[in-house]
Amino acid sequence: MKALILVGGFGTRLRPLTLTLPKPLVEFGNRPMILHQIEALAAAGVTDIVLAVNYRPEIMTAALKKYEKEYNIRIEFSVETEPLGTAGPLKLAEKILGKDDTPFFVLNSDIICDFPFEQLAKFHKSHGNEGTIVVTKVEEPSKYGVVVHKPDHPSRIDRFVEKPVEFVGNRINAGIYILNPSVLQRIELRPTSIEQETFPSIVKDGQLHSFDLEGFWMDVGQPKDFLSGTCLYLSSLTKKGSKLLTSTSEPFVHGGNVMIDPSATIGKNCKIGPNVTIGPNVTIGDGVRLQRCVLLQGTKVKEHAWIKSTIVGWNSTVGRWARLENVSVLGDDVTIGDEVYCNGASVLPHKSIKQNVDAPAIIM
Amino acid sequence: MASLQVPVRGKSGGSPTTKAVILVGGPSRGTRFRPLSLDLPKPLFEVAGHPIIEHCFAAITRLPEIREVFIVGYYDEGVFRDFIKDCARNHPAISIRYLREYQALGTAGGLYHFRDAILKGRPDRFFVLNADVCCSFPLEQMLRLFEEKDAEAVILGTRVPNDSATNFGCIVSDAHSKRVLHYVEKPESHISNLINCGVYLFATEAIFPSIKSAMKRRADRPRLVSYPSSDALDRTYLPRQDRAADDDDDDGEKTEVIRLEQDILSDLADSRQFYVLETKDFWRQIKTAGSAVPANALYLMKAFQQQSDELAKPSATILPPVFIHPTAHVDPTAKLGPNVSIGPRAIIGAGVRIKEAIVLEDAEIRHDACVLYAIVGWSSRVGAWARVEGTPTPVREHSTSVVKNGVKVQSITILGKECVVGDEVRVQNCVCLPYKELKRDVANEVIM
Repeated sequence: MKALILVGGFGTRLRPLTLTLPKPLVEFGNRPMILHQIEALAAAGVTDIVLAVNYRPEIMTAALKKYEKEYNIRIEFSVETEPLGTAGPLKLAEKILGKDDTPFFVLNSDIICDFPFEQLAKFHKSHGNEGTIVVTKVEEPSKYGVVVHKPDHPSRIDRFVEKPVEFVGNRINAGIYILNPSVLQRIELRPTSIEQETFPSIVKDGQLHSFDLEGFWMDVGQPKDFLSGTCLYLSSLTKKGSKLLTSTSEPFVHGGNVMIDPSATIGKNCKIGPNVTIGPNVTIGDGVRLQRCVLLQGTKVKEHAWIKSTIVGWNSTVGRWARLENVSVLGDDVTIGDEVYCNGASVLPHKSIKQNVDAPAIIM
Repeated sequence: MASLQVPVRGKSGGSPTTKAVILVGGPSRGTRFRPLSLDLPKPLFEVAGHPIIEHCFAAITRLPEIREVFIVGYYDEGVFRDFIKDCARNHPAISIRYLREYQALGTAGGLYHFRDAILKGRPDRFFVLNADVCCSFPLEQMLRLFEEKDAEAVILGTRVPNDSATNFGCIVSDAHSKRVLHYVEKPESHISNLINCGVYLFATEAIFPSIKSAMKRRADRPRLVSYPSSDALDRTYLPRQDRAADDDDDDGEKTEVIRLEQDILSDLADSRQFYVLETKDFWRQIKTAGSAVPANALYLMKAFQQQSDELAKPSATILPPVFIHPTAHVDPTAKLGPNVSIGPRAIIGAGVRIKEAIVLEDAEIRHDACVLYAIVGWSSRVGAWARVEGTPTPVREHSTSVVKNGVKVQSITILGKECVVGDEVRVQNCVCLPYKELKRDVANEVIM
């Protein structure tokens, strides 16, 4: 089987992290974001993956070579010379996606969930139509595009309603699809939107179905959602009793949902959790309090620091008695001085912060 | 240097007698020291391990010729009883008495009211110290200048930045002779950056007549406030209502109130041998509760420079100067200083950080908490990983407020008596009245 992952551009929404690494390689739950998708695709029997990008960082090529071997798959870059939207890249990759009659998966690279590729493929085959899109239930559908079904059919889509004022349904497009190669005939090679052009045309022919996603779903394209997504992901691991999580019998683990890389070291009298991921070679000093935060590889958190709702970028240092909160994001190699307070600080790489950041601000 | 025979004013040819008066004001005065003054009279509030008034008293005791000290104010009799008892025990050679005004008479009015007590034994001169200033009290230098110039009055002055000078009494002096040429209390426009420190030395035969004639003038006609512009002249006895609204010296309307600053010093400059000693040492007022933090820092610094054995020994976790009361318990992993005072029986937990702060009696700071630029009130409790924080202000700054998001807030965070800050809670630039529990993060607020 084949798949296309829509990676797109520079991932500016996830800056300052994406100033250092391309978004697909930023670690989510201690593994590159794209690896969650590659792994799930490979497990569902996908052998050819196309990454639709409009730039091509060398660092990504190297990383993906490794995964090709590891998962015994082929990864192809499809580089757009101009942004082609969400549908154009499919046409650009027609050679691969259309090389046989089997359907292919399409997914947005920002999505994190329990990828249900196998069930999705089975369902898609069962209805025999051109396309299936994964939908997820949301509490406030008015913020999204909502899927409305045909009155006589549980899965066949009747129409999409963009940001409905009145309740028409609570299922929204989750950014994961399976499509027959025939769909490629509906797309022109130009900047075009799959949501606004391709899908409505398939819907018109009664050929598009929805598939309900079980469990969590999150677009983690920006820091706030990256943190929320991490919480959902860790909760789902807890539910599954995953070995990836640190045992709650550890004295420093508080409230569960804690993932600590074995190479990290934890000081005495720490209180960690809930919802914390700690990457490789991270050092945590004595008396540190962590909750709802992500510490990327090589981070050093000094004694008595307090961190909440924050992403600490690679190789950054957080000073003694520092306090970080309210979606602070530290880029690569940032230093937060002793006793400094950061409220929603977004700090670019290689900066050293010596004074409080009292209100959300970007520190250039 | 050729030594000049110092002119002796002593009546009987012996060495002259000197007394001292400490002006403490009264409970209605210390409102700007709230919320701390809700539970303790300001002069008794401890900075650098000692009541504010004791720093004044200690300076007086360094002059052996002073045998008699008066505390003048309108607090209840009992307020200074224990303090006076302690002083008498530690300094048996010095007589110390509290003279209570039954109504606020003003700084000069109070002195005049108690003139019989002050003049008893016919002293030649006496110091007047305002209890609400924090400085090194260079009394001996003042005395030397007094004698050298054969002065009738000496005032202690200090330089402040030009833009804050108009908040104080301004002194114009002759740079060479040090003679005071002109004095204006809180002028509207810039006159001088040499300001009144609130410490004086007066010849008894000069000051009482000056106060008396001021009282007479007052009786003859109500006080005319000197306004620079003539359109203000018809507002005759309008007592400074357009002055800084936060100034709580609002007793200017009563005719019996005579104040040194407004009613006497200007006349002394005109008619008397009035000199200024300019101190290069530290000086600042203790008005707001927040100003106790810089005062604490200055007195600690002074004790440190004098290698006082009261201070905690510097180490990896003690950044000097730090005062720790002998009955306090400080975990060895806590890091304190600089400029920290820990009161009696306070408990400082493991991994705590305290900087530029005063922790009062029986307070507890739990493990890994952080207290910066703050005062933690008596028996208050700061939870684990909590952060109680003010904003640092420049050393030369004489204000204790900062502007945040366009709003003026207290730069020092103050927890009143028996407040509780929950675990992990952050309190920034807040003033918290007694007996409050803070369970959520707060910033830039007064918590009633």
